[in-house]
Amino acid sequence: MANGIMKTIVGKLVILGDGGVGKTSLITRYTQKAFNLNISSTIGASFFTCKTNIDNAIVRLQIWDTAGQERFKAMTPMFYRNANAALLVFDITCLDSFGNMQTWAQQLKGNVVEPMVLCVIGNKIDLSENRVVSREEALQYANSIGAQYFECSAKEDQGIGQVFETISRDLIRLSSDSSVKSLKVYEGDVESALMARSTDLEATDVGRIEEPGISIDSIAHAKTVPSKCCY
Amino acid sequence: MSCTEVNPGASVESVLVTTDSCENFEQMSSSLEEIKNYVGKSPEVSDSSTSVDNLEESNSLNAVGSDDDYIRSKDWLEKKKHIFVLSSAGKPIYSRYGIEDKLVTMFGVMQALVSFVQDQNDTINCIHAGSTKYVFLNKNHLILVAISKTEESVPQLVSQLNYVFNQIASILTLTRLNKIYEQRRNYDLRRLLSGVERIIDHLLNFYEIEPALTLGAVQCLSLPPSIRDTISSAITQACSKIKNLVFAILLANNKLITLVRMKKYAIHPADLHLIFNLVQASESFKTVESWTPLCLPRFDASGFLYGHVSYLAEDCQACLLLLTVERDVFFTLSEAKHKIVEKMRRANCLEAINESLNSTDGTCLNAGFPELRHYIYKSKSTAQFHQPEISAPYINNTERLLMLYKRAHRRLHSVGRPLKLLFERSPQEAVLAWDTRGFELYVILEPLIETSAAIASVGKLLNWIKKREDKLFHLNAPTF
Ligand SMILES: Nc1nc2c(ncn2[C@@H]2O[C@H](COP(=O)(O)OP(=O)(O)OP(=O)(O)O)[C@@H](O)[C@H]2O)c(=O)[nH]1
Ligand SMILES: [Mg+2]
Repeated sequence: MANGIMKTIVGKLVILGDGGVGKTSLITRYTQKAFNLNISSTIGASFFTCKTNIDNAIVRLQIWDTAGQERFKAMTPMFYRNANAALLVFDITCLDSFGNMQTWAQQLKGNVVEPMVLCVIGNKIDLSENRVVSREEALQYANSIGAQYFECSAKEDQGIGQVFETISRDLIRLSSDSSVKSLKVYEGDVESALMARSTDLEATDVGRIEEPGISIDSIAHAKTVPSKCCY
Repeated sequence: MSCTEVNPGASVESVLVTTDSCENFEQMSSSLEEIKNYVGKSPEVSDSSTSVDNLEESNSLNAVGSDDDYIRSKDWLEKKKHIFVLSSAGKPIYSRYGIEDKLVTMFGVMQALVSFVQDQNDTINCIHAGSTKYVFLNKNHLILVAISKTEESVPQLVSQLNYVFNQIASILTLTRLNKIYEQRRNYDLRRLLSGVERIIDHLLNFYEIEPALTLGAVQCLSLPPSIRDTISSAITQACSKIKNLVFAILLANNKLITLVRMKKYAIHPADLHLIFNLVQASESFKTVESWTPLCLPRFDASGFLYGHVSYLAEDCQACLLLLTVERDVFFTLSEAKHKIVEKMRRANCLEAINESLNSTDGTCLNAGFPELRHYIYKSKSTAQFHQPEISAPYINNTERLLMLYKRAHRRLHSVGRPLKLLFERSPQEAVLAWDTRGFELYVILEPLIETSAAIASVGKLLNWIKKREDKLFHLNAPTF
């Protein structure tokens, strides 16, 4: 096969964690090689794709960068359902974000059926003088949920490449696990693998989501257009 | 004037809900339900019994309280317009300047004032103290306050408060907002609004620099009509099979390129302004595709629409929003977007958009009107307006220009004594404002211009706009 590529793996990655821990910064650092201190908080979720070559395989990731602000909580399940990998991010200078990340992890474990790759990320190590979560504590927690632990800085571009390399390797390993059905494997280098994605979100998002505020049933009450101008 | 029959930019059908710009936005987002709640509810007396005594106490606290240092700082006191949002229980939610927590005492005073008057079965609307106006907007669970030393009128300030309220409703939906406070009157809403301060800040600045909000209208990007039609049909074709898509909105640089809608529905300019503001305030929409819940309070304050939000391409910074009632059709819309961009690219629409965005020859002088400095023309039947490129002497003083327009707008729409025609001369400039059945026109002229010459110019200008109306306005109202 040309350039020796044996297979392409297409998987879904979801990024979870409190607002402001640096989820968007991490993924834009990785996919766009950029960092913006003045970035605005994510509204809803953003979709990225990226491609990693490892050994004789290509791993293509469809990435959901979710919004961590509390008001979006009800929306998050539709992004982690059917994910093959998750980044659980906290900010090493913010204790609450470490606690809340554990809640995300629990929720994730309770809702995902197939085995998945989990990574716990302690971000903002460039601010280590303000560190409130120790490396040991985080590592211990990661081990307890079967996740790997990484420390990163989106600002200084530290440790991020390693995270994605690990995820890619683990996904390749996972792809030979027969119980994993949602990970797609193609022969050779499939450029268009990502185009065949249109069913993903619909097919998987039918479960229950509790959310008092997010109701759209009432759309029919909306104003109709006056047929002519009003004077 | 002889040219009233010239009515550029008029259209029978409009993509926008047409409002009279003098409408005060009092009713803006009170859906039927809110009105019902409001009427059905007896005022809660228990907490609101804060009387004048407490008020005085707070004031004296104010004098000694150390947390109030910032309030007394020169910087804070010199701000021309403060905007505050608090819950009806007096909890701070938003302050345009300074950290709300430091202003707790003041929020207490404001809440006390409102509820004191409410206890007399009255509502407080505004207080004038010297040149300072205190304007109150009392919603079901929120109190919004403007303290302004600007010359903006009370209705103009109320309209800004309404925009802020709608911004909050747009983030949470009115239903959720009401539910939260019905369950816990003391809830700290900031928990749910983190990150939103920035959007509200932006909205308030937007109001200061964009005539659109004062006018209740939207400006279109000037484009050859064939290009605009091609773009609209690229959208309709790519989306024709998609169920429950309500609006497709393409905008760039705070100007509307096109808007395609579901039959029967139109969008309200105030909702569109919230969208413009959100897009401009959100760096995070750039370079990715986002899936964003969004409530358009004038469309329906009770629920969310979901938006696929993305910029067209790296080489064309126009933002496309596909708004649907379905929460899980991201990939369908993502595919549609790619089709739309492909079609547009093939038909050279991206270039046309860029060309219009980059063009700088749209000044009055370039159009052959040396005696005019600037103007705003609003077509009422489409809720759209057009203004030329800003030129000297306002390039570095858009604030003054905006102030002139706001003043003229206020005079035309004065509640007590509305005017049809206004011509005013000052040493700096002459201002002509004209309100007809079909349009509003505001013109800034050289100060020494003769009245007859001004009128002749205006006639010429209307004809000039008429000739280009299909380029300057979105006159079709395409549907899916
Ligand atoms: N010092 C430092 N700041 C960072 C780092 N990563 C992110 N930030 C900053 O933290 C803030 C929040 O970053 P975001 O990437 O928007 O955080 P988020 O997790 O995406 O937040 P939500 O979108 O609200 O969920 C921004 O001001 C970033 O510039 C880092 O590694 N070091
Ligand atoms: Mg983010």
